[in-house]
Amino acid sequence: MNGIHDMGGMDGFGPVLPEPSEPVFHAAWERRLFALSQAVPFAVPFGDDHLRREVERLPPADYLRMSYYEGWLHAIGSLLAERGILPGSAAVRIATQPPLAAGMVDAAIAAGATTRQPDAGLMARFLAGDGVVARNLHPAGHTRLPRYVRGKPGVVVADRGVFSFPDSNAAGQGLRPQHVYTVAFDARTLWGDDTTAASVCVDLWEDYLEAR
Amino acid sequence: MTAHEHDHDAEEKGLALRVKALEELLVEQGLVDPAALDRIVEAYETRIGPRNGARVVARAWVDPAYRERLLANATAAIAELGYGGLQGENMVAVENTPRRHNLLVCTLCSCYPWPVLGLPPAWYKSAAYRSRAVKDPRGVLAEFGVQLPAGVELRVWDSSAELRYMVLPLRPPDTEGLSEEALAGLVTRDGMIGTALV
Repeated sequence: MNGIHDMGGMDGFGPVLPEPSEPVFHAAWERRLFALSQAVPFAVPFGDDHLRREVERLPPADYLRMSYYEGWLHAIGSLLAERGILPGSAAVRIATQPPLAAGMVDAAIAAGATTRQPDAGLMARFLAGDGVVARNLHPAGHTRLPRYVRGKPGVVVADRGVFSFPDSNAAGQGLRPQHVYTVAFDARTLWGDDTTAASVCVDLWEDYLEAR
Repeated sequence: MTAHEHDHDAEEKGLALRVKALEELLVEQGLVDPAALDRIVEAYETRIGPRNGARVVARAWVDPAYRERLLANATAAIAELGYGGLQGENMVAVENTPRRHNLLVCTLCSCYPWPVLGLPPAWYKSAAYRSRAVKDPRGVLAEFGVQLPAGVELRVWDSSAELRYMVLPLRPPDTEGLSEEALAGLVTRDGMIGTALV
């Protein structure tokens, strides 16, 4: 969706303000919420695509006003309601799994949760060095195609392998595994003379690209 | 206390209560083990942070074969030092050179290589950084006190998919005599994001 979260190239947010000696968490509730965000999906399955979709659905004014973890709290609440977990939610309660046990935490962190998929038989449409154009797509749902590259020509730098497709996965329409490519865009192609970058590399799913 | 601070405190109190209620509900339903939450917090407050990435960088500086492996397959090379997992399952290392400086951002959310850098600082997740890093990286670097020579080109990496990046900074001059451990001590988190030189 063309949401406020898609910030690349916007102006007016002021200077970047690094905080000296910043703690990992700024409040005790942030600790608990972060840990919940990591633990809950073991019992009530959801992925980053779903979490991001819910954060992006926040009204723009709320998105900007909320702190980072407040946005996550909102998103996790929505996902739990959607899965029938919260009291009073209209949805049918999904089948849940056993919780992540304390003794399994280190192994779970080490194992990760990649969205990489088996690539057997999935031909890559593009090769490193190929000229491509980011398609001019404006889906109303979740997408990882930033607005600032849509319609712009670039060059494939690398084929990163096969991953599930966030646009379909976030919408509950399947994983639709496909190749992801790092595409380099000349910064002037994106911003004209109003840039101090030489190039911007963006990781794009095959469905976001066409040949040129 | 100003009115603004008062509002902020009230808001924080409200958020703390909401998170507590959520945790209690999930524990009650047998969906969360509170001891697992403690363990997760402990991991990210004590073990998983930028010191891990600094060891990767120092190794790459002293061992040319390791540097090659890191640039060819960062996930495997980082795993050699015992790091990996959540939000680092598919790593890419990008190398600064005398002619090119690399800068990392996630314009859409906050993607960040947790196993080597830990959880991202607030500024990395801020609208100010996410909006400008891809358009005016020199302006952003100036706010970190970094001035790159005009001849150095800036390449920005927007981690918009499931790859996670780290910058391999240039080894500082006059460090030939330093041990790998001493070199790791020179490497900063921001140096591995690209908002600082090492």
